[in-house]
Formats: sequence, C-alpha cells, structure tokens
Amino acid sequence: MKPCLAAFATALLLTAAPAQAQGFAGLGTTAEDFSVPERGRELTFPQDHGAHPDFRIEWWYLTATLTGDDGQDYGAQWTLFRSALQPGEAAGFASPQVWMGHAGLTTADSHFAVETFGRGGTGQAGVTPDPFSAFIDDWHMTSRAGPDSDPYDRLHIHATGHDFSYDLTAQAQGPLVLHGDQGYSVKSQGGQASYYYSQPFYDITGTLHLPDGPVSVSGHGWLDREWSSQPLADDQAGWDWFSLGFDDGHRMMGFQLRGAQVFTSGTWIAPDGTATPLPPDALEFTPLGSARVAGRDVPVRWRIDWPEGGVSITTEPLNPHAWMDLSVSYWEGPLRFSGSHTGRGYLEMTGY
Amino acid sequence: MTRAALQALLSHWLRSPFQLAMLLAGLALATALWSGVQALNAEARAAYATAENLLGDGTSAQLESPSGRMPEGEFARLRRAGWDVSPVVEGRASLGDTRVTVLGIEPLTASSGGTSAELVTPDLTGFLAGVGFAHPRTLNEIGTSQPDLRPSQAIPIGTVLMDIAQAQTLLDMRGHITRLTLAPVQRDGLTPLNTLAPDLRLVAPGDGTDLAGLTDSFHLNLTAFGLLAFTVGLFIVHSAVGLAFEQRRTMFRTLRALGVPLRHLALLLAAELALFAILAGMAGLALGYLMAATLLPDVAATLRGLYGAPVPGTLRFDPVWALAGMGMTLAGTALAGGQALWRLWRLPVLAPAQPRAWAHAGARSLRLQGGVAVALAIIALILAQINGGLITGFALLAAALLAAALIMPLVLAGGLALGQRLARGPVAQWFWADSRQNLPRLSLALMALLLALATNIGVGTMVSSFRTTFIAWLDQRLVAEVTVTPRTPSEARALQNFLQTHADATLPMQRIDARLAAQPGQVYAMKDHATFRDNWPLLDAVPHVWDRLAAGEGVLVNEQLARRAGLRPGTATLEMPDIGVLPVLGVYSDYGNPLAQATLGLDRFTGAWPDTPVRQFALRSENPQALITALQDEFGLPGNQITDQAQAKALSLAVFERTFLITGALNVLTLSIAAIALFAALVTLSGMRLVQLAPLWALGLTTRRLAALELGRALVLAGMTLVLALPVGLVLAQILLAVINVQAFGWRLPLQFFPADWARLAFWAGLAVLAAALLPAWRLWRHGPHQLLKVFAHEK
Repeated sequence: MKPCLAAFATALLLTAAPAQAQGFAGLGTTAEDFSVPERGRELTFPQDHGAHPDFRIEWWYLTATLTGDDGQDYGAQWTLFRSALQPGEAAGFASPQVWMGHAGLTTADSHFAVETFGRGGTGQAGVTPDPFSAFIDDWHMTSRAGPDSDPYDRLHIHATGHDFSYDLTAQAQGPLVLHGDQGYSVKSQGGQASYYYSQPFYDITGTLHLPDGPVSVSGHGWLDREWSSQPLADDQAGWDWFSLGFDDGHRMMGFQLRGAQVFTSGTWIAPDGTATPLPPDALEFTPLGSARVAGRDVPVRWRIDWPEGGVSITTEPLNPHAWMDLSVSYWEGPLRFSGSHTGRGYLEMTGY
Repeated sequence: MTRAALQALLSHWLRSPFQLAMLLAGLALATALWSGVQALNAEARAAYATAENLLGDGTSAQLESPSGRMPEGEFARLRRAGWDVSPVVEGRASLGDTRVTVLGIEPLTASSGGTSAELVTPDLTGFLAGVGFAHPRTLNEIGTSQPDLRPSQAIPIGTVLMDIAQAQTLLDMRGHITRLTLAPVQRDGLTPLNTLAPDLRLVAPGDGTDLAGLTDSFHLNLTAFGLLAFTVGLFIVHSAVGLAFEQRRTMFRTLRALGVPLRHLALLLAAELALFAILAGMAGLALGYLMAATLLPDVAATLRGLYGAPVPGTLRFDPVWALAGMGMTLAGTALAGGQALWRLWRLPVLAPAQPRAWAHAGARSLRLQGGVAVALAIIALILAQINGGLITGFALLAAALLAAALIMPLVLAGGLALGQRLARGPVAQWFWADSRQNLPRLSLALMALLLALATNIGVGTMVSSFRTTFIAWLDQRLVAEVTVTPRTPSEARALQNFLQTHADATLPMQRIDARLAAQPGQVYAMKDHATFRDNWPLLDAVPHVWDRLAAGEGVLVNEQLARRAGLRPGTATLEMPDIGVLPVLGVYSDYGNPLAQATLGLDRFTGAWPDTPVRQFALRSENPQALITALQDEFGLPGNQITDQAQAKALSLAVFERTFLITGALNVLTLSIAAIALFAALVTLSGMRLVQLAPLWALGLTTRRLAALELGRALVLAGMTLVLALPVGLVLAQILLAVINVQAFGWRLPLQFFPADWARLAFWAGLAVLAAALLPAWRLWRHGPHQLLKVFAHEK
C-alpha cells in the first residue's frame, strides 16, 4: 500500500464525514456504493492500466533511483492520485473524480516537492487508456511503447514545479508483477484489500532541471498501480513502505501498516519477474535511527529482515529531510541498503 | 495651589451651566457629524474590500472573452499548457424568492489568496457536493428553499458562492465559463497567452470593477459634508470658549496676582479643555454611531443603486474609527480654543479686568478680513478655470464659501450703516448703531448661519435640478411599455419567438463588458427602431446619426465617456475591442451609470460578438397589461422578471430619492448646528449687553420694548444673512452642477431655480433664528429690572 494515497483518501474522507452526517446525497462514503476488490478477479491489460472510476481511490506511482553524470545520487517521484466523491464519471465540472498530482525530486542536500489538483471531466486531469497517458496540467506519464507491446513498456514522464522539473524515459526490462493473490493484495487482518500490481524493472534515462542547471541521469524505476474502495482499518495510523532493487537483479516490495497490531506484507521478485508473495509477519522492520524533519521525529534508517529468504539489510536515506511538505504531507525519498545484500530503493512513510 | 486654582476655574462652569452645555453640545455635535460620516464611509469601503477579497481579485489578473463567456475547454487547454488558471462562472439567477449573483468557483485550482478559499477549504468535499455560502441577509431574502446554503459574513450581500458545476447548472451555462483567474505567480518559460489564447483579453488586477475607484466621488462628497458640519460645530466651541475666557479675565488676573505661574494656568486651562473635549467627544461618538446606523440603510441602497456596490445595511463598531473621531475632536478643540489660550499667554499680570468683547474687530482687522476674502474669491475664480478633478472642485467650493463668509461682516456692516442713515428717531438710530456695535461679536455665528444656509440652498438647488432633469430623462429612456428578463438563453430564444406575434416591437438588450478609452465599460447593441430614433436623449450628434448608426458606421457614447475621454461627435473616434476604431456619432445622457458606455447598431454588434446572450427585451405594446398576462401564462415568469414602464420609473425614482436622502438629512443637521451657534452667541451676548441696555432702561424704555428690539435685531441680521446666502448658494449649486458632478459622475446638469424651496428655507431659518433669540429676549423681559439694576449696583 502506498500510504500517501491512503493519506490523501483519508483526508478527503475525513472532510466528507460531516457532510455525510448532514445527509448530503450521493457522497457515498460507505464502500458499498463503490466497487470493492474481489479475490479471483483476473487483471487484464492494457484495460486495467486505465482508471477505475467505480473504485474510490487509485494511483499511478513512479519512483526512480538515479545517478547523475556528475556522479551524484538523485531520486525522483511522480504520482497521480484519483479519489472519487461518487462512483462513476460525468462530463465537465460535474465530474465526481478528483485528481491530485505529486512530484518530488531529492538530492543529497535538497528536496523539492510540488502538488497540483484538478477534477475529471474537463480534460485538465485524467488517464486515457489508449494511447495510455496519465496527466494533470502539463505533467504527464505517457506511453511511448510500440503497437504490439504493453503500453507500460516504455513511458515518458514529465513534471514541473516553480524551481525544478524533470523529463524521464522509462524502458521496462521485465514483465508486470502482480502482488498478493494475482493482484488481490490484503491490507489488514480485517480483510481490507486492494488491487495492486507493479512494473519494477524500468531502466531510466533523462534530465533533471535543478536550480543550479540541468543534470543528465540514468538509473532504475518502479511503477506501482493500485486501486481500492475500502479505507484502511480504523486503528491503522501510518505506513512504512519500501521498494528495493537488489544489485543481483532481484526486487522486493515490503511494507508495514502500523496500528494496534503491526501488519506486514511484501513480494519477493526474481530477476525474471517470478513473484513470491510473502505471508503476513514474514518481514520484520526495525527502525535504527530517526531524524528531526518538519518538526517531528521520522525513522529514516531501518533494518529489514526476512529470515526465511536470508535477507537482512540496513537502509540509509540519500537525504533524511525528504519531507513532502504538501496538503497531504509525508516522507518519501531514495535510499541505499547494505548487509546481506546491497542495492538502492525508495522509502515512503506516513503518519509521523 | 493647583487644586485651588482648578477649583476656581471650574467654578465658572458651575455658575454658567448653560455655557457649559453649549460648549459640550457644540463639540458633541461636531464630533457626531464628522465621525458619523466617517463610519458610513468606512463601512462602505470595508464592503468593497470584502467583495474584492472574495476571489483575491485585487491581486489576480483575469482572462476574459469579449462575449462574456468562453467554452470550459479553454480552462483545460491553458492548464495543460502549464498556466495556473482557475475558472469562474458568474451570473444572475433566481434563487428562492429573489435574484442573486451566482459566483461559481473551482476550489481545486482556485488560488489560495481569497476569502473564498478560507471558507471552502474546511469542508472541501461538502462544497464539491453542492454546499454554497451567502451572507445571512441574502439567505433571508432567498428564503428556506435552499438548504444547501450556509451563512457567511465574508460574502458580499446579494452574492451566492458555490461550486462551479452547481453554478453552471443554475445559470444554464453548462460547458461554459465566464472568465479565468490567473494565479499571481506563474512559471517561467510558458507559451505566451497571446499566442495560446489570442481571443481572450488579459485584464490586470483591480482593473475590472474597481468599486473603490468608482465610489470615491460619493465618499468624497460625504466627507466634505462631514467636514463642513464639523467646521460649523467648531464655531460654537469657539464662541463658548472665547466667552468663558472673557468672563474669567478677572479670575485669571487674581490667580496670577496670587502667584499661580502663567505656564501653570495655561496648562490648567488646556487640561480643562481636553477634559471637555473627551467628555463631549465620547457623547459625539455615540451620537455619530447612532446617526450612521440610522443612515446606513439609505447609503447602502444608494451605493447599490448607483454603483451596484454590495454594502450591508448594518453597522459594525470599529475602535480605529472611534479613536480617529476622538483625535479629530481634540484637534478641533485645540483649534477652537487655541486663540483663548494664546491671549491668556500674552495677558499682562496687571491687565485691566474689564471684560471686553472677545472678538473685538477694529476697522483694521475688518479691512484685513476683507482682503483675505477678496484673495480667496480670486483663488476661487482661478480654480474655476482649472479642470483639475474632484479635489480641485472641492477646493473651489471651500474657497468660494470661505470668501463669502469672510466678506459677509463687511457687507452686513454696510447694510447696517445704510439702515442707520435712513433711521429716524433716537430709538431707531440707537437700534442700528447698537447693531453695528455688536456685529463683530455676532459675526462668527452669522458666518456659520451663512454657510449653513448657502449649503442648504446650493445642495437643494443641485438636487432639485437633478431631479427635474432626471425625470425628463427617464421619460425619454424608458419608452418601452414592458421589459422582460429571460432566465436562460434558451428561454430568451423561446421568448423571442413568442414575442414576434404578441408584441408590437421587440427590442433585444445585448451587451458585453469592455474597456473603452482605458476605462471599465460596456458596449450595448441597439436595434434600429422608431422607439430610439424618436426618444433617445441625445445631447449632441452628427447629422443622420440614426441612419449611420444602423449602417454600422460608428458608435454612440454616453456623456460620462465623452467627458472623460474628450469625445466630440463628428471629430472623435473610439477604439472598440474586436472591431477597431469607429467614429463617434453622438453623445447621450446616461444618469446614474458609473461606467463608460458605447452603443453600436445591432448588426454591427452581432457581427462582432455573435454568441452574446440577450439579457433583456424591451417591448412595445398597445396593451401592455395583456402582454404581461400572456407572458406570465405562457412562460410562468415570476413578477421580478417582468417590469412595466410605471414600475421601472418608480424604481429609478426611488433609487434617486434614496440617493439624496442622506444629503437632506445632513442639510437639516447642519442648519440645526448653525441655529445652535447663533443661539450660543446671542445668549452670551445678552449677558454682556446688560451694561449697554441698562442706561436705555433707565432712560425709560420698557424691558418689553427692549426685548422686542433684541428679537428684531436678530431677525434683521438673520434676514440680511439669508439674502446674502441666496447668491452664495446659487454659486455653490453652479459649482456642484458644473464642476463637482462632472468630475464625480461624469454628467453636467442645467441649473434651475426653485424659489418655493427658498421661501421654505427662509421660513425655517427664520423660525430657527427666532427660537435662538427668544430665550435671551425672554430673559431680558422677565428678569430685566432686577438684573439691570444690578449693573448700576456693581458700577460696571
């Protein structure tokens, strides 16, 4: 689960609550009005690359660990969130679909974050399935794949803020990966779930435009796709989510949801794309050190243990101050890890 | 010692409570009028700020389409090109029991600057789902049929704020928006707007409907009135303070002789004045607040009617206003009492304790006064030649009034001298001579009376001239028997079809907003029809103006625009948006409209802006009542969307009357203050004149005769002042009509005379003077012998 999205959804849901109490029609804050994920539904592509307006929340989430031609490490994030006030779509401003774009760019000593909002129906923001393009304002993630390949095989990504922008090209080097049970990913002991798949095998090239000038970069990227209608369990207050690229070609997704009980889950991905779902509690996350960020203590160094897989690694953030100081605020930044294995990855933390 | 001195000084007021009351009343009234007017102005300005802050319009530029609307796709197109724009939908719609301005915003892209953002953010989802906001008063007018509206003081009266999707539905504008608001900061390197959207016009921040600018003249008028009243009030204070000084001369000498240092004494007197100022100031503030609260509904109605400015009818209390009012009172008191303190400073310790007239104007000082008056008159003449704007206009007014006031004692002295020469018999001769003798002591109060009377005549003449002209003009402009306002464009089309067979003529009213000669303005379409050819109030035009207008060869402009931009038919041209330069064919009067306006032939208009919706139809009909009934039956139009001619005229006149209601109220108040000033002067004089009257009484004149003579003098002086006030008032009226009105509103009105009004004023002024003179005369009559005897007993 990408916490930020959940946080975004939570924010909208919280503000919706009083309205519901006053009986405004059609807000549909109960999941029953929306479709809910069902175990056993087969994901089909490219259709499921597009939007699912009957579900409450959804996102297209790309992170990239990059190295510049100046030898420095960088991290980039591009996200488009969708949150529906009601299921379905309508033309023009009457559309109940609210879109939010987040873009982040991290260097060793700076972190840039920008957001933008819009609603569906007007053409300002949305996702078109064919040709695939997710967009809001002049930001976009657009397919450049050939006609016979999956639209996600090659993407062009652009985002821009007042003090930075980037243009990245992502070329998939492996297949799509379905998390959980064929894309049905359970999020709590209570059974909350989402549809969740990834493209974790991107090679990335492109240019970052920083206040000091442009930097050519290359590296690896990871695209997450997730949609759902069910909010998390009431007691779940925050998340720590990792996407890790091992130097030996493996990938691993792992997260813990912090609540009355800690719920952990993950996926071990072989270099050929073979995915092994990790059962609840197979992963252990231990905070090793925190940083004072935006007035709060955030655990930015972690140890991750998967005893059955022989994985025991320690993560080190590129920039401990990678705080996304936006309407919905959270920590999101690139990291390097060492221990039983080495590699690079991305960490997202909310609820701190 | 200080305590004893203070006690001695204050004991004077205990012995003369009436004098104290006069002083306090003068100060309180002056403060009340000044601060009341300021409260009105402040409230109105706060309302403009509310309106501007709602969307942060003061800081954001706007993108507009000349036709007043654009496809909503423009919004997405500019956003996709990187421009930080947010759409706004605005229009009038019927909601519940009233018509309101519907303002639809898109909160997800709206800039966070305006008050609307603060309102919407706490419950964004609710807003998106249809919750709107309106001022509590607007909610009352709408009634209970709109449960999704919540009250907010931050919304201008008459406006409903809601989500853009709801607003589009309500205004029948699905797929369209009114304008785009640009965020104050945009990214570098974007494709320029004139390449991206060449059809849209960029309007700089604050350029659109600058209410503060439009209404400036109105508020300046009010301020001038308040200042005048304040000045008149200060005359009272000056008389009272001066008198108290004169009467305490003996006391000052004694105190000084007993060893009270001069500095000390002056300080005590200043403290005493300050104390009075604070007491009276507080009373004045309370009065002023009351006055403003009473007048505000009318001022609000005026501002709404004249400028469409949303001003609430209820007053808030602002501590800054109270402090400023108190400061003004203290400064005014210092000004009015400064002369007395200055004379105390220069008083020799052993000065004779004889009370002398406090403003003893010798021949030399009269000549000086005359010189100043002539100088001021010359300045006024020069100012009249300069076309320098509203401030110059008011300076001209001030110079002319002050010159008249200063020259008045000289003229009165001449008149009295003439009377003396014509007088027969000792009593009559004494009467005139004594009047001349006392003139200097009364002249300040008479000046106040002159100012009040002249203002009354001037403003009254201006208002009456305006009303006469306005009524004649309404007859020319409101020729159509019936006016109908369609609720939606589709209804407009249906109406047009229906009316083709049911009305004798259907004259569509279409307009766009545009900048004309760098001013906010509107362009109207005019169908070629006898209704306009026969009646339209043209002030000036080229030959064959109607044929040329119908052929699209030029434009008509309103008087406001013609004056501000110096446009004369035949020689001038006007740059029209989307069309280019067109010759000006004529100028028409357009009273009550603050905006520049141009009128085009209908074909030329629809050629330039084909999609402009019809806002109103003016209908000609032999049988208007039948037509109204037919319209109601066919379209179910509510009453407020069909107006017959009589209603329209009544409505316009009502707006007019309310506009000048405040003028009338201030007029009455100023005259009352002048009467009180005269009263104060006469009362104080009567006390001092005993010395002069006692010998006459001793010579055999009865107190009754003496009292009658006193009354008669007051009336003679007041009468002469009134005669003088008439020409001064007419000059004032001419300045108001030909200078101030032109500057403030952009139209010039012919001066007309209203002798009946003058007679009425003379009657009321005479009554006021009589009332002011009656008490001193009555006291002389009743208590005369006893008091007159005292004069001899005291050997004064």
